[in-house]
Amino acid sequence: MRYDRQIKLDEVGVSGQEKLRNSSVLIVGVGGLGCPAAQYLVGAGIGRIGLIDHDRVSLSNLHRQLLFTEEDLGKSKAAVAKLRLQQINSEVEIDVFEEPLSTENAENLFQLYDIILDGTDNFETKYLINDACILTEKPWVYASIYKNEGQLSVFNFQEGPSYRCLFPKTSRQNISCEATGVLGVTPGILGTMQAAEVLKMILDAGNVLSGKLKLINILSGQDQLLTISKRTEEIEKVKKRGIIPVKIECKISDESKLYLDIREIFEQPRVNSGKVLQIPLSELEDRIEEIPKQEEILVFCQSGKRSKKVVDLLKAQFEFNNLINVEGGVETIIDG
Amino acid sequence: MKVKVKYFGMIAESAGKAEEVLDVAPGTSAIELKDQQVQKYQIADAESVQLAVNQNLDNKVELNEGDEVAFLPPFAGG
Repeated sequence: MRYDRQIKLDEVGVSGQEKLRNSSVLIVGVGGLGCPAAQYLVGAGIGRIGLIDHDRVSLSNLHRQLLFTEEDLGKSKAAVAKLRLQQINSEVEIDVFEEPLSTENAENLFQLYDIILDGTDNFETKYLINDACILTEKPWVYASIYKNEGQLSVFNFQEGPSYRCLFPKTSRQNISCEATGVLGVTPGILGTMQAAEVLKMILDAGNVLSGKLKLINILSGQDQLLTISKRTEEIEKVKKRGIIPVKIECKISDESKLYLDIREIFEQPRVNSGKVLQIPLSELEDRIEEIPKQEEILVFCQSGKRSKKVVDLLKAQFEFNNLINVEGGVETIIDG
Repeated sequence: MKVKVKYFGMIAESAGKAEEVLDVAPGTSAIELKDQQVQKYQIADAESVQLAVNQNLDNKVELNEGDEVAFLPPFAGG
């Protein structure tokens, strides 16, 4: 019997297994967090799982996104994930959405599921998930990673606090795992813990991490559990205004110079003044011809690390001798 | 009076340490301690940083001897 080992637990039993079968979960982002979460939820026999991701499998994903293999490079993450997950458990119904979560589709999508699981890697989408969950009255399981540290919580569960109660002010430092580096096990552990929170909510077992923020440090081995207070005004604000995109904009300090912004389009703050060419690193290869070779260009990213690599690479391989790296990243060239 | 301070994420990098014990003036509030440390370690994006006093994410309090204060930045990686 497929589910025998979990049905044996008092917290599950035959009735719990039935609850799992009658539940649905939407996984937003099938990456480092979404892959392990999806694997365990499919294994556990959740009735229906939605996967939303517009991204494609790349080589640097494979060390942590273990649903994907070398054969999948360039293919749609959501589509490949469905194929693999269906091999694990064909009883689970799997919906695939090969598009980004947006202010337009979030509420309609969330209506179709009981619980939302956040496998995203940027603030903009986390606030979007939060607000859409408030408006559709769905709980969501949050996780975030910075290098060897992780944060985990459940928001909007049974009148509990929301993400805006924890962080009312968004950060301008949208630093992804691609930029900082991460051990594959870190999202593996966090994503698996997110799946555990989903199971606890459905089975009504144990203490759901609602109103709590769990902090994990893979290196030190020291975990912390903090208590989050509800800020009702933050939740009411969302209910009143509905969904609006979180966009953090800034102005460049020296508008006489030409800049090249190689950050991805979701990375904040967005620069909306001066002379700034915006070519995300992921599109750079195809758009090299858009970069002038005559005038001096200051190249920047979030921290100065990626832009340094770009400057070195363009110089060595494409004979650009007019590029200067902005050490310290975007914060050093903007106002405020 | 002495308080124990813990730093997370990039704040630990700005401070060059994950924790330390600080001697602060009696009556210091959590927000005043935050302002001091933001200045001292040039912590970026201070507005978004949240404090937890004795594992409670509530920074509108006055500190007492032996309190533990955690400095928590939002982060978004996944």
